[in-house]
Amino acid sequence: MATTEEIRAQLAELVNDVAGVPVEDVQLDKSFVDDLDVDSLAMVEIIVGCEEKFGVTIPDEESKNLKTVGDAVAYIEQHS
Amino acid sequence: MTEVVITGMGATTPIGGDLPSTWEAMLAGTSGVVALTQEWAEPLGVRIAATLKVDPSEVIDRVKARRLDRSAQIALIAAEEAWKQAGYGLGEDNDVDPDRLAVALSSGIGGLHSILDNWDNYRDKGPRRVSPFTIPMLMANAPAANVGLLVGAQAAIQAHVSACASSNEAVSLAVDQIRLGRADVVVAGGTEATIHALPLAAFNQMHALSRRNDDPEGASRPWDKGRDGFVMGEGAGVLVLESLEHAKARGATIYGTVAGAGISADNHDMVQPEPTGRGQASAMAKALRESGLEPSDIKHINAHGTSTPQGDLTEAGSIRRALGDATDDVIVTSTKSMIGHLLGGAGAVELIASVMALRDRMVPPTINLTDPEEDLPINVAANVKTPLPAAGDLAAINNSFGFGGHNVAVAVTNANT
Repeated sequence: MATTEEIRAQLAELVNDVAGVPVEDVQLDKSFVDDLDVDSLAMVEIIVGCEEKFGVTIPDEESKNLKTVGDAVAYIEQHS
Repeated sequence: MTEVVITGMGATTPIGGDLPSTWEAMLAGTSGVVALTQEWAEPLGVRIAATLKVDPSEVIDRVKARRLDRSAQIALIAAEEAWKQAGYGLGEDNDVDPDRLAVALSSGIGGLHSILDNWDNYRDKGPRRVSPFTIPMLMANAPAANVGLLVGAQAAIQAHVSACASSNEAVSLAVDQIRLGRADVVVAGGTEATIHALPLAAFNQMHALSRRNDDPEGASRPWDKGRDGFVMGEGAGVLVLESLEHAKARGATIYGTVAGAGISADNHDMVQPEPTGRGQASAMAKALRESGLEPSDIKHINAHGTSTPQGDLTEAGSIRRALGDATDDVIVTSTKSMIGHLLGGAGAVELIASVMALRDRMVPPTINLTDPEEDLPINVAANVKTPLPAAGDLAAINNSFGFGGHNVAVAVTNANT
């Protein structure tokens, strides 16, 4: 089982790859939209990327609730 | 009528990543056609194409590029060059009212790589793996819209489609916008990036492409007896067009004048040119009329000249039909001999070459013309660059014809420069 920090670091790489956000900015308290400037279509790519990377399923109705990096990491921890 | 001048030009082509390098290579008679050695090309009957000299991945930021089809990436590269050459900046206040600034920029086919790559994703990995950016990447208006965002255009974004005549027609529409008083400045041009197995296979099924796989650089040979079809190329060309009044008011450098355009439709066949050249000649005659030019004013023609057996002869005849005896004093060339056929990007890149030829008074060569058709009714700048008259006014016509029977001729002059 990956640690919270390992999941955050892998997610940071994904966010960097999709949206060009520096990996060090992708911290648990950051909002994807408000802090990291990730737009709605890039968010779709990040969600699908998470599904691939972490082997989880994130239905569209759940993905709406993943506002912060911490939300996403917690979801992955609970469902992987 | 409002005079429309050219204040900026940019291009990325199979022989140069920008306009200065492209033009230098063009005058030197450089071929940009290469063998396609990639695995995907192995099954194809045609394994040659004119690929970009400088890949856009070397120029465009990786994250930005993820959201842009290759055709839009290269349109942005050419547009930025043209915009800066015109003396405008990015992301700053410019001497143009955004509400008086438009874009008219075409692609003949659209975001082909984006369509096909995402179809591959769908088929191989399922619908969840289709990129959410697929639609804004595949739209044929995406290059124009992206250029609009780059320069801050608010008057209009137009993306006219008429196959291989698209970007010559985009320029004619840009001129209309300025002459109708709808815009002061229009960023106009075209782009195409379709070097992919599917269109290569499809054009080859039509017997439209050269099959000279063992001699890529010799494959595009307009008016040569050995020609056997066109060579697919990729690239983009963009011009900044401006009313003379607007250009003068801001002290812009003027590179040429778009005197007028002529458009006709063959009403003959989807893909074959009308054999008498009636429609092509009509487009050239209309361009002269709209420009207020006489046939004897025309000193140079950048021909459509794709290197197809029928097309080259038809065009040579239609030039003579449009200009009559004045044809004797016209130097014709086909820059497609070097850069291949850029489809929707062809008209704009070749119009830029026409403007440069008038500026430098030098016509770039038609390379590979070692065994010309006998009794050609035109004078071709065969194999070496050919000078234009050293003094006086010069006018040129750029021809582009497209599947569907589209004929577009644009006349440019060195007036006001």
